[in-house]
Amino acid sequence: MRYEFDFATVLASWPQFLEGAWMTILLSFPATVIGFVGGTLLAIGRRSSTRWLSNACGAYVEVIRNTPLLVQVFLVFFGLASMGWKVAAFTAALLSLVINVAAYSSEIMRAGMDSIHKGQIEAAECLGLTRRQVYWHVVLRPAMEKVYPALTSQFVLLMLASSITSQISVEELTAVAARVQSETFRPFEAYIVVAVAYLALSLLMRAGLWLFGQMVFTRQRKLGSTK
Amino acid sequence: MIDGGLNAYHLQYLLWGALWTIGLSLIAFIGGGLAGGVIALCRISPIKAVRWATIAWIQLIQGTPLLVVLFLCYFGLSIMGLELPGIVAASIAMVVYVSAYLGEIWRGCIESVPRTQWEAAECLALSRTQRMRLVVLPQAVRIGTPPTVGFMVQIVKNTSLASIIGFIELVRAGQLINNSIFQPFLVYLLIAILYFAICFPLSLWSRKLEQRLQFGSRAATPSANAT
Repeated sequence: MRYEFDFATVLASWPQFLEGAWMTILLSFPATVIGFVGGTLLAIGRRSSTRWLSNACGAYVEVIRNTPLLVQVFLVFFGLASMGWKVAAFTAALLSLVINVAAYSSEIMRAGMDSIHKGQIEAAECLGLTRRQVYWHVVLRPAMEKVYPALTSQFVLLMLASSITSQISVEELTAVAARVQSETFRPFEAYIVVAVAYLALSLLMRAGLWLFGQMVFTRQRKLGSTK
Repeated sequence: MIDGGLNAYHLQYLLWGALWTIGLSLIAFIGGGLAGGVIALCRISPIKAVRWATIAWIQLIQGTPLLVVLFLCYFGLSIMGLELPGIVAASIAMVVYVSAYLGEIWRGCIESVPRTQWEAAECLALSRTQRMRLVVLPQAVRIGTPPTVGFMVQIVKNTSLASIIGFIELVRAGQLINNSIFQPFLVYLLIAILYFAICFPLSLWSRKLEQRLQFGSRAATPSANAT
């Protein structure tokens, strides 16, 4: 059999696709930023010498990393609603993405912080830096720099995973594809268009994050010891 | 049985769904593993065209969400005139997805076998196939086991997306139950617990394997993660 591709009818609704892409960005960007900050705090908590805090952070990370995002999204959306706390689909989606990415970036940040040599911290203490200064200048920033490539991958994966929020009626790219296909009866073309859009978004995001890394992490270039 | 609460039949149905989740995960792992092995070998092929084609393919799959790949398989099969049950489309999508990620993980493992091992094998006049089979692969398998087991967690979690195209696995079974008793919080919590029960032992196993390998500083490298 022959199948005649007809992209024209699908592409006629390009404003909708554009809106969907914008919604995907609107979801991913805050989720990335808040999730990263939350994840870093979790990593600090995990490394703390207070037993219960460390255990609690560890348990959180394990629970989130070992359950599917789809179930987390449903739990937040329907669970909160059934407890009488009605939230908009977008808020629920953003909340569950933050919950999810915080756990993943916490593990990455922990790996980075663990890789900071103990001698570095001792040296900083000898120089009379306060605890906060040590954490910021000697532990956190070099750790971030070390794991930045892994973080980049994780954030791109988060952007792709935001497609799951279409299941609770957030109007992002995948949801737009579903709507367009029901209007045009061209599901295959609609999803190809969306796949290309995601591909473009992920390449753009990688490029943007790389540039951001080049701007923020200048230490190694200044020292002349680039990787 | 019309009191509307959760009963033993519901639990039995959920467990049945969990079995299908495991089944689909096994299909994805075995199929994706076989295809991933081929991809890993093509990725380091001495022929430039093969190498570049493989890189492009991996970028394509890793740059689009699994949900979109799933829809493409689902609708792609149906426009070819095949009315196949959801599990076929889900299996194909999962195999495609898993092969791209496992291929990259294993490529990394093969390349992390020290260069000198390749050279020594070459000096012993082994052919490329022999070098691979007798020298490199046995060492790469040891390095590759922990991240592979870790990735199995991602596979199990990602099979949850098959619920969206109507395949009755754990999440879909839960949704059906929820439609009749409408206790979303309880139902999704149960689903999350079941997923955790499948995934957490795998995570622990992966970590134990990693510790046994004593990677030293490399233990800090986070493995490929997907949500």
